[in-house]
Amino acid sequence: MSELIKVGMADYKTGRFPSSLISYGLGSCVGIALYDGVTKIGGLSHIMLPDSTQARSADNPAKFANTALPIMLDEMIKMGALRSRITAKIAGGAQMFTFANATDIMRVGQRNAEAVRLLLKKMDIKIIADDTGGNYGRTVELKLDTGIYLVRTIDKGEKEL
Amino acid sequence: MSEEILNLSLIQLDALKEIGNVGAGNSATALSQLINRKIDMTVPQIAIMPLGDVPDVVGGPEAMVVGVFLRVYGPAPSSILFLLPRESAFSLVDMLMGREQGYTTSLDSMDESALMEIGNILAGAYLNALSHFTKLTLLPSIPALAMDMAGAILNVVLVQLGEMGDHALVIETEFATENDGVKGHFFLIPDPGSLNTILAAIGVKE
Repeated sequence: MSELIKVGMADYKTGRFPSSLISYGLGSCVGIALYDGVTKIGGLSHIMLPDSTQARSADNPAKFANTALPIMLDEMIKMGALRSRITAKIAGGAQMFTFANATDIMRVGQRNAEAVRLLLKKMDIKIIADDTGGNYGRTVELKLDTGIYLVRTIDKGEKEL
Repeated sequence: MSEEILNLSLIQLDALKEIGNVGAGNSATALSQLINRKIDMTVPQIAIMPLGDVPDVVGGPEAMVVGVFLRVYGPAPSSILFLLPRESAFSLVDMLMGREQGYTTSLDSMDESALMEIGNILAGAYLNALSHFTKLTLLPSIPALAMDMAGAILNVVLVQLGEMGDHALVIETEFATENDGVKGHFFLIPDPGSLNTILAAIGVKE
């Protein structure tokens, strides 16, 4: 069954062809798409914060990059994906509001994107497309038939990564 | 760590609702004077909801909205977000600028500035009431504006709560002008910890 699986904020989902994974309205959050092109198994993670060790409550592992990605990767491997074939595409990490004296929390988008890049490098997963930053929201969809990562915006049009 | 907002008593929720009521009432009066129209206002909703559900309050994460965002400084740091559907924002700008309804179809910097000023005035009126109630000195930052998907705009506010837990306490009021169908949502989202300060200040801290 071809199905559009929704991924909420601070959540992740995995799936296989012919389904697709979609997450709406990312601002400072980052959407990380992992994909194995042979088995057509993929995962989409919508993280809010870079690091669970710096947060006071870490009950939900899907909220943080450092805890969400390993779990999602494991789940994909259990489904039959081959780790060495998995690649990553990332999008999001915007700064929606501009203040003259932006505090750290205002720059969380940038911090999120940096943390995700670093983490994927550590996990030895290659990032083959990156559409992060800017000051606009994004809706992302991972098409599991092709691995195309569709990034939709209001004013900047649509992009296929 | 358990989330303090999941353990609020009925009395505390009522007190918060009353604060929201007075604050929003003040704001609605200010807005009404500004655009010289009657404003209807809903009784404030106090909701404790999973972070991911907050965008549904304003029509889902992909709804096109204009958001005016202010930080609240003082002993109870919070975020204020005034969210309007895009069409309502255009309509409001037309009223403010004395233009015919339907004239505005995109926001230039003058329009943005006008909307930020509205956010400023609404937040000021709201915080005045809140300060009066709590005897806490609460000051708004300068406003910032964005026009984008509701989910993306709400991210900014929710991220700060995300450091602490998985739920948001949202004090929300809906405004509407009588005839022109301008709608807006006013959110006050206390930072983690601020809620206790507010509850203590109004004497309903357990």
